[in-house]
Amino acid sequence: MSRQTLPVIGGDAPLRAPADFGEKLAAHGLSPRAAGVEVLQVNVGKLCNQACKHCHVDASPRRTEVMPAEVAEQVLEAVRRFRFPVVDITGGAPELNPNFRRLVTESRRLGSRVMVRHNLTVMFEPGQEDLPEFFRGHSVEVVSSLPYYLGRQTDAQRGPGVFDKSIEALKRLNAAGYGRGDGLTLDLVYNPVGAFLPPPQGSVEADFKRELLARHGVTFDRLYTITNMPIRRFLEYLRRSGNEERYMRRLVDAFNPAAVEGLMCRTTLSVDWTGRLYDCDFNQMLGLGVDGSLPQTVAEFDPERFEGRMVATGAHCFGCTAGAGSSCGGAVVKS
Amino acid sequence: MSYYEEEDLGRFGEVGRHRPDLFEKFMAWYQACQEDGALSRREKALIGLAVAHALQCPYCIDAFSQSCLEAGSNMEQMTEAIHMASALRGGASLVHGVQAHNSVNKVSM
Repeated sequence: MSRQTLPVIGGDAPLRAPADFGEKLAAHGLSPRAAGVEVLQVNVGKLCNQACKHCHVDASPRRTEVMPAEVAEQVLEAVRRFRFPVVDITGGAPELNPNFRRLVTESRRLGSRVMVRHNLTVMFEPGQEDLPEFFRGHSVEVVSSLPYYLGRQTDAQRGPGVFDKSIEALKRLNAAGYGRGDGLTLDLVYNPVGAFLPPPQGSVEADFKRELLARHGVTFDRLYTITNMPIRRFLEYLRRSGNEERYMRRLVDAFNPAAVEGLMCRTTLSVDWTGRLYDCDFNQMLGLGVDGSLPQTVAEFDPERFEGRMVATGAHCFGCTAGAGSSCGGAVVKS
Repeated sequence: MSYYEEEDLGRFGEVGRHRPDLFEKFMAWYQACQEDGALSRREKALIGLAVAHALQCPYCIDAFSQSCLEAGSNMEQMTEAIHMASALRGGASLVHGVQAHNSVNKVSM
């Protein structure tokens, strides 16, 4: 299924792209078909202590959409029955969900690897000060956004003062044993501060490692580069700044068929705060659910029916196939 | 209306309508120059940005600003490259003061 024009926020103008994603795949003999479900990505809601300019979730402190306990239990029941190798918890700031710690604890007990998309600054919110110890206690893999190793660029995207707090949080995670090469994983996520593609992952990772160590004594494991997706808040920015057409042309021109094989939608299933299922977190934010012939909620999930499913695609998918490709695990095509 | 329009950069290929063989040779050379080699793509993009400023070519400045960002350079590094180009342009003018001195000396008592 290919939908070239998708509605965004409240029926705003559809995203315009100079090519059709489905046709582009077909021209290369590719189809948007998933391999299976190895990662259950659970978006526990849009509540966040930050309001980043590029956020595809439109998350902020004012959002009220939060996964309730009964849906969290449905998620855990699916983990219990199907033993997903990885449970990837995201938001918003997922730690602000009252069911967050139960999701982590129970998923770990059931044997899944647990990754948490941790924004670093939430550690300074009331009741969250013990997060490094909680993460360590459950061997959580921490994945944290830090768009740049300098304050000006980071604060421009994530808000004034975020960089300094993020560095302090990274120091606390290091002190708890994270990012030291001792088995407690601390990965960082770079995304461009503007309307351009990310640099090669390896080269910018080396910059981050060198500069964060020299300037702040901070260490981490891997850096993931992620392309800004032309949806929600970032699309609004593209339109405000007159960059929509140019950015979409850049994404389409940089289409890389070699990136398709490793796209996260091939192995990931995304759950929203109400329990509905999507092929990825971006489709979730666009309200583009899994194929209509499949069960639509996590309570009805059946792994056999999702194997080889057709992934719902649209013009925004050019964001994941540009250049070295982009996924929640960073670049898809390793340089 | 300006002689330089942003969208014209995307029409560069039209130059290849006449003598496409020459244009193709140029493009192959141009692209090969920018690949990783003894210098990295990032270093080459910074050189491109500096030269673009020395030539004061708006198309090149636009293209290489984007290339620098996508190669991982930041504004501090890009600004240093621009200063290098500008300093060299200034220095190249200033060093011709020696020529002026020579000329003046030749006709002076």
